[in-house]
Amino acid sequence: MGELRAFLKYGREDAPERDPRTRVGDYREFVGTLPLVELQHQGARCMECGVPFCQSGCPLGNLIPDWNDLVYRDRFREAIDQLHRTNNFPEFTGRLCPAPCEAACVLEIEEGNAVSIKQVEVSIVNRAWEEGWIEPRPPAVRTGKTVAVIGSGPAGLACAQQLNRAGHDVTVFERDEAGGGLVRFGVPDFKIEKWVVERRLDQLADEGVTFRYGVDVGIDVDAAELRAQHDAVVVATGARVPRDLPVPGRELGGVHFAMEYLYERNRAVAGAPAPERPISAAGKHVIVIGGGDTGADCVGNAHREGAASVTQIELVGEPPPHRPDDLTPWPQWPMKLRTSYALKEGGERDFAISTTELSGQNGHVEQIHWSQNTGVPPFETLPDTEETHPAQLVLLAMGFLGPEQELLDQLGVARDARSNADAPAFATSAEGVFAAGDARRGQSLVVWAINEGRQCALEVDRWLTG
Amino acid sequence: MPIGLYDPAFEHDACGITLIARLDGIPTHETVRRGLTAVANLEHRGAAGADARTGDGAGILLQMPDRFVRSFVEGLPPAGQYGVGVCFLPQDEARRAELERLLAETVEAEGQTVLAWRDVPVDDRHVGIDAGQVAPRIRHLVIGASPELAADPDAFERKLYVIRRVAELAAGPDLVLPSFSSRTLVYKGMLTAPQLPGYYPDLRDERVETAMALVHSRYSTNTFPSWELAHPYRMICHNGEINTLRGNVNWMRARESQLASDLFGDDLAKVLPVIRPGGSDTGNFDNVLELLALAGRTLPHAIMMMIPEAYQGRDDLPDYLKGFYAYHQCLMEAWDGPAAIAFMDGRVAGATLDRNGLRPGRWLETKDGWVVLASETGVLDIPPENVLRKGRLQPGKLFVVDLDRGRIVEDEEIKREVATRKPYAEWYEQEVVRSSDLPEREPAERPSESLRNRQLAFGYSQEDMKVILAPLARQAEEAVGSMGNDSPLAVLSDRKPLLYSYFKQLFAQVTNPPVDSIREAVVMSVQASVGSERNLLDETPEHARQLVIDNPILLDSELERLRQVDSEVFQSRTLDITWPVAEGPAGLEPAIERLCREAEAALADGINILILSDRAVGPERVHIPSALAVAAVHHHLVREGTRLQAGLILETGEARSVHSVAVLVGYGAAAVNPYLMLETLAELVDRGDLPEGMTREEAQKRAVKGIAKALLKTMSKMGISTIPSYCGAQIFEAIGLAPELVERHFTGTSSRVGGIGIETIAEETLARHARAYPGDPEGLLVVGLFAWRRGGEHHQWNPETIALLQHAVREGGWETYEQYAQTVNDDSARKRTIRGLLQFRFAGDGGIPLEEVEPAKEIVKRFVTGAMSLGSLSREAHETLAIAMNRIGGRSNTGEGGEDPARYVRDANGDSRRSSIKQVASGRFGVNIEYLTNADELQIKMAQGAKPGEGGQLPGHKVDGYIANVRLTTPGVGLISPPPHHDIYSIEDLKQLIYDLRCANPEARISVKLVAEVGVGTVAAGVAKANADHVLISGHDGGTGASPLSSILFAGIPWEIGLAETQQTLVLNDLRSRIWVQTDGQLKTGRDVVIAALLGADEMGFATAPLIATGCIMMRACHLNTCPVGVATQDPELRARFKGQPEHVVNFFFYVAEEARQIMARLGIARFEDLVGRVDLLEADQAMEHWRSRGIDLSNVLYRPEVTNGAPRRRTEAQTSPLPGALDWELIERSKAAIEDGTPVAGSVEVRNVNRAVGGLLSHELTKKYGRTGLPDGTIRFDLHGSAGQSFGAWLAPGIELTLYGDTNDYTGKGLSGGTIAVRPPEAATFAAEENVIIGNTVLYGAISGHAFFRGLAGERFAVRNSGANAVVEGVGDHGCEYMTGGRVVVLGPTGRNFAAGMSGGIAYVLDPDGSFPARCNPELVELEELEESDVEAIRTLVERHLELTASPVAARVLDEWESCLPQFAKVMPRDYKRALAAMDNGGYAAGDDHPISSGGEGFLTTESEGARAAV
Repeated sequence: MGELRAFLKYGREDAPERDPRTRVGDYREFVGTLPLVELQHQGARCMECGVPFCQSGCPLGNLIPDWNDLVYRDRFREAIDQLHRTNNFPEFTGRLCPAPCEAACVLEIEEGNAVSIKQVEVSIVNRAWEEGWIEPRPPAVRTGKTVAVIGSGPAGLACAQQLNRAGHDVTVFERDEAGGGLVRFGVPDFKIEKWVVERRLDQLADEGVTFRYGVDVGIDVDAAELRAQHDAVVVATGARVPRDLPVPGRELGGVHFAMEYLYERNRAVAGAPAPERPISAAGKHVIVIGGGDTGADCVGNAHREGAASVTQIELVGEPPPHRPDDLTPWPQWPMKLRTSYALKEGGERDFAISTTELSGQNGHVEQIHWSQNTGVPPFETLPDTEETHPAQLVLLAMGFLGPEQELLDQLGVARDARSNADAPAFATSAEGVFAAGDARRGQSLVVWAINEGRQCALEVDRWLTG
Repeated sequence: MPIGLYDPAFEHDACGITLIARLDGIPTHETVRRGLTAVANLEHRGAAGADARTGDGAGILLQMPDRFVRSFVEGLPPAGQYGVGVCFLPQDEARRAELERLLAETVEAEGQTVLAWRDVPVDDRHVGIDAGQVAPRIRHLVIGASPELAADPDAFERKLYVIRRVAELAAGPDLVLPSFSSRTLVYKGMLTAPQLPGYYPDLRDERVETAMALVHSRYSTNTFPSWELAHPYRMICHNGEINTLRGNVNWMRARESQLASDLFGDDLAKVLPVIRPGGSDTGNFDNVLELLALAGRTLPHAIMMMIPEAYQGRDDLPDYLKGFYAYHQCLMEAWDGPAAIAFMDGRVAGATLDRNGLRPGRWLETKDGWVVLASETGVLDIPPENVLRKGRLQPGKLFVVDLDRGRIVEDEEIKREVATRKPYAEWYEQEVVRSSDLPEREPAERPSESLRNRQLAFGYSQEDMKVILAPLARQAEEAVGSMGNDSPLAVLSDRKPLLYSYFKQLFAQVTNPPVDSIREAVVMSVQASVGSERNLLDETPEHARQLVIDNPILLDSELERLRQVDSEVFQSRTLDITWPVAEGPAGLEPAIERLCREAEAALADGINILILSDRAVGPERVHIPSALAVAAVHHHLVREGTRLQAGLILETGEARSVHSVAVLVGYGAAAVNPYLMLETLAELVDRGDLPEGMTREEAQKRAVKGIAKALLKTMSKMGISTIPSYCGAQIFEAIGLAPELVERHFTGTSSRVGGIGIETIAEETLARHARAYPGDPEGLLVVGLFAWRRGGEHHQWNPETIALLQHAVREGGWETYEQYAQTVNDDSARKRTIRGLLQFRFAGDGGIPLEEVEPAKEIVKRFVTGAMSLGSLSREAHETLAIAMNRIGGRSNTGEGGEDPARYVRDANGDSRRSSIKQVASGRFGVNIEYLTNADELQIKMAQGAKPGEGGQLPGHKVDGYIANVRLTTPGVGLISPPPHHDIYSIEDLKQLIYDLRCANPEARISVKLVAEVGVGTVAAGVAKANADHVLISGHDGGTGASPLSSILFAGIPWEIGLAETQQTLVLNDLRSRIWVQTDGQLKTGRDVVIAALLGADEMGFATAPLIATGCIMMRACHLNTCPVGVATQDPELRARFKGQPEHVVNFFFYVAEEARQIMARLGIARFEDLVGRVDLLEADQAMEHWRSRGIDLSNVLYRPEVTNGAPRRRTEAQTSPLPGALDWELIERSKAAIEDGTPVAGSVEVRNVNRAVGGLLSHELTKKYGRTGLPDGTIRFDLHGSAGQSFGAWLAPGIELTLYGDTNDYTGKGLSGGTIAVRPPEAATFAAEENVIIGNTVLYGAISGHAFFRGLAGERFAVRNSGANAVVEGVGDHGCEYMTGGRVVVLGPTGRNFAAGMSGGIAYVLDPDGSFPARCNPELVELEELEESDVEAIRTLVERHLELTASPVAARVLDEWESCLPQFAKVMPRDYKRALAAMDNGGYAAGDDHPISSGGEGFLTTESEGARAAV
């Protein structure tokens, strides 16, 4: 509802960010929140569309117009209830989601004009935490059914919370030392500080979810046994097999998958003791291959470590600066040029680059060789465009191929053509085994993960209670 | 018996009526002759069917022609001691003999004697073929009175009635007894009026003599043969429609068990039921009137009971009369509707008019003692010098000719006589109890179930709170939405809506007008009453023992007063309407049975207030849906005959919207206490959802007020004015309920596609209940009914379909369109539309190659875009649609808002922005002769899908300079579209408007837009017979305009049903061949188009889809002027955002046509026209499990009527033009010089009432040549002599001046476009013109400019919706200057009530010497002011001109006594107009710089009409 004509009166306000020049000096979150009055302006701008495309743009189906309006009216207490109706962890999405809702906002028909939905979202949940409105909501009645959830990423957590609230006894198995999955170990603190994750984990625990950290199902615990001990099992292990770069020199030292680097950085920031041979960007020429969010996070970390230079290269060509209406018309997610937060902090980027070789000395990478390509599949290289760049750390952030297969094998779960767990309605081929999140749909956004967890929980509950 | 979707019960009729009498009371044959002449002159009001010689009916009611009867019966006893029964008998000899035997035996059994049988001679040469085939054998039965009755003529008359009823009941429908009396005799048949004397030679026999006669010419909406339905009936003939009939019939049935009469004694039981089944509304009315009169009331008394005038809140009526009406309302609810009823019992004759004056009636008394009353003036040639006086029937007034007294008895006199016969007023005051006078009571302690749980149990949603309730309390009126309804029918919804949602509100279209409940509030009332009714045939003080409630929505405290009423007269009992959850769905039926038994028992105990309560809902108990509870009890008690012993009150947590209350009242509740809604409102206050400072009580009162107001609007849609008339009237059609359920509990309601039964209702109620207990942590449901929500109610227009369509017409091309079409079509099937449940029967041989199918460029010519006005759409969007449609040879529609003449000229690139279809809607904005002349099609909008039966309003601040220009009004002045066309209150009026429009543009085809509802097929048949070329059947779900939410959702039905009914009815009547049929309503794809064609449409209309192609994203904020894509806004900043291009629309239509071609190929049909009406190519999709499980049965929709003579199923021929013979051809001929080069011409012609729309064709010719500017004033001058027909001077163009010496009828000066009209009495007349009526009702309707001068009195609604004409008149009836927006009106005489209602512009000057005018002026929008200099000037100029053109003595006197007269003028000045004029003086508009009042983030906006200002 908002305020009539407010969308003409006020413009879009992006979230405030700390100065890129100074924020690279620390690991604290760099995105702030708008002051209340500006948030309310954004709430006011929301037009109570007859067809709120934002809501269809949002994988969770967040009731965006409803809570935009509540924020406009300074009724955060009700807003958090509406927000929690569809989203278990708004503080994750409010920080990490690329906000397809905003791309689909009706005001975005005038590009760049969308309501700052994500800001509103995160402000609601932040306020709710501050006010102490978010409390454990343990179920009134226990069903006595048990569920094992493997993986404590956002999908696993959402699934666990929903199932627990339905009265089932839920145990979450996590191979890492703490919960949260990639939100905890993949995403840098400067995007989401880890106490934010911890706080939510505490809520789940207080509601009655059991967490077993450091237990790698399939290794520490036999998968079949686990299945036998529980009425249902949910696989929410993510899509963690990274895409590799098959070029000469790949085997050289200093060439790492992005996630190895990010895990280490996150652990370091959390104060864990450094591993024996840490991956460090300090003082190095860093090349990040892959133009996505993971790549950006590598860039951001490299800056903070004090890299000599950071260059991010991308296989595909440079997208147009504005929404290409022929390819991705509104309200679709626009394939257009975006500059990541990390590149605002420094570094170079280049598009349509095919890496041809890595070379080095003493088994350690020193250069990267590339050519320009056509920018479109099959990315044929252009003649006479070969270049060589110094590279002491090469991070491969080219996406993920699918879930790790061993556990799925052990559970007897069939796979689809892309090696994901084949579970069109969340139930897999193995009786009582369900799959959710990236393990089912392949790599995707945190918002999809939460949605998967919720949907899967619904199916599990239906299956358990008939 | 219904055939397919057609049901004869939906037939309507309207007519021309005449009453003629000699005041000396001497029977003469001359009376017959004059009566027949008069009705023949009303022939244009009647109609004929496919066989032009078969009339809809004509007849005459006479006094018993004693001399004549004596001629064929020997030994006839003296007059009064014998009776004649007119018998329509079957042609079948055996059956006839049987019936005659039955009649004879009955006569004997009742102690009377059969004196003779006579074959009534008839002449078959004077009857149409169709009518002749079904003509009855007509015989007279002459009955002699027994010796004891011979002395008591009244008793004999009663006995004849008893004999008739007994025989009728024994015989069944094939015995028809048109009259059976010792006093009157009827001749009637399925004839045209001129055929009447030819068919019945008796009527030419000089011995057939009478002193009074009623004569009638009928116009029925269809032509199914019926001789019985011709008028007159035994006591009345009728022009109009009784809207409340279903309720009246039910209540009458309920009353029967209480009837007792000393006069009838034991005979009374023999005549029951009083109402003969299968009769028309007139027949039913006649049945009841006859009973009342025979049981001892005088005819005027009975008429005053049945059609009371609007008496509530009147200061101008004497107390005894108000008391009379109030008393009689306790005996019987009003029979409400637009009705002119002429009645006669052989001694007294007369006529009356409904409370709102919606039918015409003009009378004349001659110096030689004749009285003629007719639908029109001029039906008889009476020399002017013989005219004593002239008048008209007035709203609610009685006109009585009493032969005993030998004179006309004035309304006041006759009513005083009747109303003071007994001390009715005292009885009433002494006995009636007003609920507000009852002592306050504390409610009993209640278990405190949590509010949230109960809300869940009753299915409350977040939307109920936010969209329905909060705005209701905030604005004290119902919220408004836009863009129609694209969600599924209740029966097809996954959401399992409340039972109310299955009932669709009916609304008036064509056959009767809706009422404007706001501007004509003087006729509306929400007062209700409860208590026991008593014997209708008796009158005692105790009859008035009723408990009067001010408003049918009760606060808790008000209910407690009734519950704990403590008196010997009133006793209440509360019945529980819940059942144990533990019993499951099977518990519902027994619970209803138990409830009905308890109700019965309560009545037996003398209880007269029954409160049905679901307060007991809790963890263990679930409620019977309240509509089911009330309807079940109501019908059970009606069947038991005890219904009238008690009033029903609902105490329910379920009701929470206007529609829910309407359903409950419509099925018999006298009042509703929506306690949970009230509690919820309190919650909203506590939560801060309502404006600060509003208390709980205030919020509740405002909501009640808002619902009451909207309830009035819901009633008024059907033309019903009072709660007692609406109560139990069942003005609904059920869609999706099983026939057995409806038959049992909602008896008499139409339900034509089957649906869910009681079991499913129980399951769904339990499912809701299950969410409440133990409780749902998520809280209230998110339903997504008014705005799409993920996982909520399905909407056909959703993010996916909108995005696909927009992409398809821009970049995506055919492939994307295919995706779109597949999504929509699949969705339509899965997600629930009627068409989604159908599938094609493709050709077994694979069909024909695609190349053989008619090309898309031909098919697109059948497509039109919807009627969306400039004003609702931006100029950019409106012109884009027009250009696109002109490019493809389709048609775009102006909508109700005129058109910029700049668009009549082609653009440089060859594009045309001119809309082919020019709409003519009730507001007539921009409808001048130039607009009409520049049309290919003229569309009369009877209703619109989003809000059928309602008007509209464009607030002044939205009327900027451009829009005002186009609409030919004043910038800044608000524009109101009245609910009805004030020139269409019935079908024969529509015929007249069609005629008028043909005159204004003979080349254009004339279309009538209807909205689907039960009975639309018969209306369409009437439209075909009214000479229209084209009829549009609009679905309920389309509609882009702003409209109250309940109307968007609950008025009208899907086009599939309406179209199928129309096709079936037209084919059955053999009328389909002469009319095009178009349909619209959420059409989206080629599949939709083909289905529409197969169901009977030649053409298809689209509104939302092409708008979406241009960029509309279904914001549903059209009413807020904030459309962010520039489609539906006038804001220049937003208009600049419009990105639509004509090619987007062109692409859409070509894709749709291409998809249709592919289907045609598979059907094996090459030409589109061969699809039309091929319903055999459709079948119900048996694979659709979900709908079969819900009991849907589409066989009625798929019914294909068998026709014997190969009647066409599509349009094959043109209508016969009514224009040859028009007087205008002569005027055109004589104006040639002027038309050619502007040479002035003048002339004089004779004119008669059959010459209608005089000046129309001439104006068209002139406009074709000279455009809107026409010729200089007075270039063409004609003097006319005589009585002119209706619509005299319609759309008269500038340069034409018509002076009529005589008088004229309704609609004079309609749409006056710059010409000048003067009407004055003939030179020879001796009566005082200023005291006599000279023009009819609804004069200068929608006049744009020009001048009019009337020396004499006008009828109701003078200068209604006048936009700019200047006029002088010497007195007007009720509702003068209603909805006026411009121009000057000078009234030099008396006015009726409600002057200036809805008047937003222009100025009226009323000469008011006695200072009584202010009391008759409606101050809502206007103020009374002192004259200023410019006013004095304006009045003087107009009055001088009046004198010049009409030689008016009144004008002369005013000018003579100028100085003393001036202070007597009241200046009526609209506030809007004053503001606008002031703004213009300051060089700007009042409009454009401000915006609609903001809801300030407080929910859906409602129009800033009265409610926003009103305090509680």
